[in-house]
Amino acid sequence: MSDAGVIIVGAGHGGGTAAALLRQFAYQEPITLIGEEAPPPYQRPPLSKAWLKGETDEESLTLKPASFYADNGIELITGAKVAAIDRAAREVQLVDGRRRTYDRLILATGAVPRRLAIPGAERDGVMVLRSIADAEDLKAKLGPGKRLAVIGGGYIGLEVAASARHLGAEAVVIEKEPRILARVACPALSAFFTDYHRGRGVEFILGADVVAFEGANGEVDAVRLGDGRSVACDAVLVGVGAPPADGLAAAAGLEVHGGIVVDIEARTSDPAVFALGDVTRRPMPLYGCSFRLESVANALEQARHAASAIVGRPPPALEVTWNWSDQYDLKYQFAGLPIGSDRVLIRGDPDQAKFAVFHLKGEVIQAVEAVNAPAEFMGGRLLIGQRRPVDRLKLADTSVSMKEVAA
Amino acid sequence: MAKITYIEHSGVEHVIEVKTGLSVMEGAVKNNIPGIDADCGGACACATCHVYVQAPWLEKTGDRSAMEESMLDFAENVEDNSRLSCQIKVSDELDGLVVKMPESQH
Repeated sequence: MSDAGVIIVGAGHGGGTAAALLRQFAYQEPITLIGEEAPPPYQRPPLSKAWLKGETDEESLTLKPASFYADNGIELITGAKVAAIDRAAREVQLVDGRRRTYDRLILATGAVPRRLAIPGAERDGVMVLRSIADAEDLKAKLGPGKRLAVIGGGYIGLEVAASARHLGAEAVVIEKEPRILARVACPALSAFFTDYHRGRGVEFILGADVVAFEGANGEVDAVRLGDGRSVACDAVLVGVGAPPADGLAAAAGLEVHGGIVVDIEARTSDPAVFALGDVTRRPMPLYGCSFRLESVANALEQARHAASAIVGRPPPALEVTWNWSDQYDLKYQFAGLPIGSDRVLIRGDPDQAKFAVFHLKGEVIQAVEAVNAPAEFMGGRLLIGQRRPVDRLKLADTSVSMKEVAA
Repeated sequence: MAKITYIEHSGVEHVIEVKTGLSVMEGAVKNNIPGIDADCGGACACATCHVYVQAPWLEKTGDRSAMEESMLDFAENVEDNSRLSCQIKVSDELDGLVVKMPESQH
C-alpha cells in the first residue's frame, strides 16, 4: 500500500505528463501511475502517421525514458487494470487484488475505439488504431499489393489512408455520411481533402453502410455494404470514433455525462478527484458550453491545470482549443469550435493547397481550419482567444498579412 | 552526443547530454526540464517549444523554415534569436549549445 499522494489511472500522454509536471512543480508526495498497456507513456499522434510509415522510432515515440519514473520517485505500474475506485476510503483497487490509497486521484483513462457490432467483426485483419500494438498489427498488413479498407472518413481513417498509400498499399475509404470529416470539418474542407486523397489514389465510397466483414478461415477479405456491394480488401481499419472510457468513474458515482464532467481546473464532482484528456467533458468558456475534446493539446492543458491545482499553483491561462492532422504534405491545423458561427470565409486558394476557412459570428472568429497556412492558424487562434472583431475584407484578402489582420 | 544548457526563464540552468538525432526540444522533454511544453510532440504545429538560442550558436543551429517562421510570427515575446526547439536537430556540431526559455509557452 502506498502512502497516499497522487494516483493517476491511465498512463497515456495525458497521465504521463501529469506525473512529470507534478515533479516539475516540486510535488513531494508519492506518485503512482497505473496503465493497462505494457509500454511506459508514449505519444499516440504519430501512430497513424510517422510511426506507421516507419519514419520514427520507439525512443522518439516514448514520452520519457523508462528510467525516468524510478529516478523521479514515480511508481509506474504497467499492464495493470483498475477494478474499482472507493472514494469514501480514497482507495484504488486493481484487478489483481492490489490496493492503493490516494490523497488526490487523477483519471486519465482516455477513450476506447468503437468497434462495429456486425457479422465478421471478430475476423483477423479487422483492426482499430489506438495503441502501439494496434499500429504494429496494422503496419504488418500494409505494403505493395495490399488493399486496405478504411471504415470511417475521420482524421484517423484519412491519416491511415495517406500512410497506406505512402507504403504502396491501395486504400478505399468507406464513409456512412455523404461527406468525409462530416463531424469535425466544414464542407469546403471535406471537398478539399476528398479531392486531395483521390488525386493520390485513394478511393471513396460515401453514404455507404457497412453490414458485414466477410472472408474465409477466420480472415477478412471483403467488406459487405448495405446496398449489396462487396469491397475486396486484405485488411480493414475501423475508425468510427472512440467513446470515453468513463465506466470506472461512473461506477464510483462521479458525475458522468458523455465523459467525466470536470470544471476548468480538471476537477470532477469529487474535489479529491481530477480527470483529464479524452475521457472528460469540460467547460468551454469562450463558447458557453461543455464539450468532450479529443486532442493531445486538451489533455496537456488539463494536465497543467490538474497538476497546478494539486500543488496549489495559480491556474494556467485559458487556452484556445486546437489540434492538427498530417496527411501527405498537408499540415492541417485547426483552432476553436464553429459553435454559433453565422458565416464562413475562405482565405487563400484551395487549388494551391494553401488556404484557411474562418468561421465567424458577425465579425468575431469562432474557429479556423488551416491547410498549409500556419500564419492563418496562429493568427486565427490568437484572435479567437481575444474575442476581438476583425475586418472581414482584410481577412479575406491574402495581400494583407495575418499580422496586419491581427494587429 | 552534445552537451546542451537549458536556462529556465527564472535563470535555473540544466546541463544535459542529448543524443545526436534527437531535437533540442526532445532533449528537454525527455529530461523533464520545465519551460518547454511541446504539445504537438515535434510536428511544428503548436509553437510551444519556443527558445532563445544564445550567442554564438545562432548560425550553427541553421535557419528557420517558412513554417517555423509563420508559427513564431504569432508567438509571444519573439526575438531575433527565437527558434522552435523541435526544429533544431542535435549534432556533434552543437556540443555546448545554450538556449533560454521564454516566460511562458502559452
